[in-house]
Amino acid sequence: MLSYASNRVFIGIITLLAASVIIFAVLEVVPGDPARLMLGMNATEDAVRALQEQMGFNQPLIWRYFNWLGGLLTGDFGKSYTYSVPVIDLIKERIAVSLPLALISLALSTMVAIPIGIFAASRRGSVADTSAMGIAQIGVAIPNFWFALLLVYVFAVVLRLLPAGGFTGWENGLWPSVKSLILPSVALALPQASILARVTRSSLLDVLGENYIRTARAKGLSRRKVLYHHALRNALIPVLTIIGMQFSFLLAGTIIVENVFYLPGLGRLVFQAITQRDLIVVEGVVIILVATVIVVNLLVDLSYAIVDPRLWSRR
Amino acid sequence: MKRATSTKSLIANRSFLIGATITLIIGVMAGLSFAWTPYSVSTLDIVAKLKPPSISHWLGTDHFGRDILSMIMIGSRASIFVAFVSVAIGAGIGIPLGLWAAARGGLVDEMLMRFNDLIFAFPALLSAVMITAIFGPGAINAIIAIGIFNIPVFARVARGAALALWVREFVLAARAIGKGEGRITIDHILPNMANILIIQGTIQFSLGILAEAGLSYVGLGAQPPMPSWGRMLFEAQTMIGLAPHMALFPGLAIVVTVLGLNLLGDGLRDLLDPKLRYMR
Repeated sequence: MLSYASNRVFIGIITLLAASVIIFAVLEVVPGDPARLMLGMNATEDAVRALQEQMGFNQPLIWRYFNWLGGLLTGDFGKSYTYSVPVIDLIKERIAVSLPLALISLALSTMVAIPIGIFAASRRGSVADTSAMGIAQIGVAIPNFWFALLLVYVFAVVLRLLPAGGFTGWENGLWPSVKSLILPSVALALPQASILARVTRSSLLDVLGENYIRTARAKGLSRRKVLYHHALRNALIPVLTIIGMQFSFLLAGTIIVENVFYLPGLGRLVFQAITQRDLIVVEGVVIILVATVIVVNLLVDLSYAIVDPRLWSRR
Repeated sequence: MKRATSTKSLIANRSFLIGATITLIIGVMAGLSFAWTPYSVSTLDIVAKLKPPSISHWLGTDHFGRDILSMIMIGSRASIFVAFVSVAIGAGIGIPLGLWAAARGGLVDEMLMRFNDLIFAFPALLSAVMITAIFGPGAINAIIAIGIFNIPVFARVARGAALALWVREFVLAARAIGKGEGRITIDHILPNMANILIIQGTIQFSLGILAEAGLSYVGLGAQPPMPSWGRMLFEAQTMIGLAPHMALFPGLAIVVTVLGLNLLGDGLRDLLDPKLRYMR
């Protein structure tokens, strides 16, 4: 168990390091000099050179990488070129929107999808099963930003129940903030829930075909008892994997959905930073998102070990 | 048991049939758009702007008075082109990598799998946004961005399928008559996994359509005046109160296309490889 865990943690760290090299390399080698971009077209050569000096752009690449990496480890993500504030402060401010958004949608999709998946599997071939899976099939095909537009039209334009966009900030009350996250999280959750419902159903059907399920039924347990006590736990492993993967989709999905609702989250931050060539902000946000994905996948890997004790003895 | 199987294959055939029909219609629509569209999309007709669906404009007009049906027809080209080429990139690089890893095993295999994990750690859409934003928006960069993320998908699928084939008797027989790893891969492994690769190709194609729509929605895909479905949705956003039909139809075009491809993929899966039915 311990060696399995430490092996996973080690791989996670190596992946993160490799990711940091890629992020740094891609963004530092890009065409366009940030100093020149910041100063505009009419800047003199001297001014550009002075700014390059000040921001450390004339240092060797390797040195700048280790400088950046060292900073990351101590929580210093550098200073934004355009906002002139520490990147970490920007990230903290924006993550307060994106993280709740991603978590609400994850919770929403899980709470809706797993019961539907179980229900569909337990009534396989019924009208309810077929229609649930038909809806899920359509749900998978719906782009979340389009669904977001439809939600805005129905709930903001026609019914005027919820705001069409914007965010008042947590400090101005919980309810207004939650209210402005409802439509975005529903939009994000729909495609994810559709995938999850399908995975839950097929995983459960796979397990229900196993011999030990027949044995449990043969010894006289009710269908219900077999389903909840024997099948569900074993069917959860693939479901867990998908939930872990979905977290990364949700984080990425916020980029686009935040644009629909004008939410000041990480997605909009990174998007604006890219267009303004504020590379240090982009680097910071991307490494945070990648680290989150790696940590979540690590947790999923470790939770397998809890769900499936056979992994304890492996490796 | 017999009855269940025949019902299953009927459903499978039905989704294949519906999926293939939808895909064909979209393909014909895109092809037709090169020769004919109901209206020209390059001439603006401000008098007829924001018209709801009518006899003359089946799906209405946009804020410049352009016919939405014509826009959707031409927009399908960008979606199909980007999705197709990015699948070709992913398959063209990913499949050989996966086959190589399966044939060699050991260090090559381990490195490829770690590299896969690395790419999977980047939320695909985020990286696509990053790539297109850095190298400039446009259809070509969107293709590269989406294509890169297809590489590990195909590599993983090809490796998994090839590993399962390498232990089969006919491969052993091929070894016994003195064929090398490369020869066996080309003669025996690849033909036997074509099904799985075609199915995966369909899935990635539909994901490519969605990704292209997302990128062009945020302004990083095909550039105006070239119409694209995502771009149309972006333009519809500010008009949502005035002309909801502008948002409705391009979105429906995306949903129908993706649904068609997914049904086609599901149908193919059921027809070609019954064992894989529940993998998704």
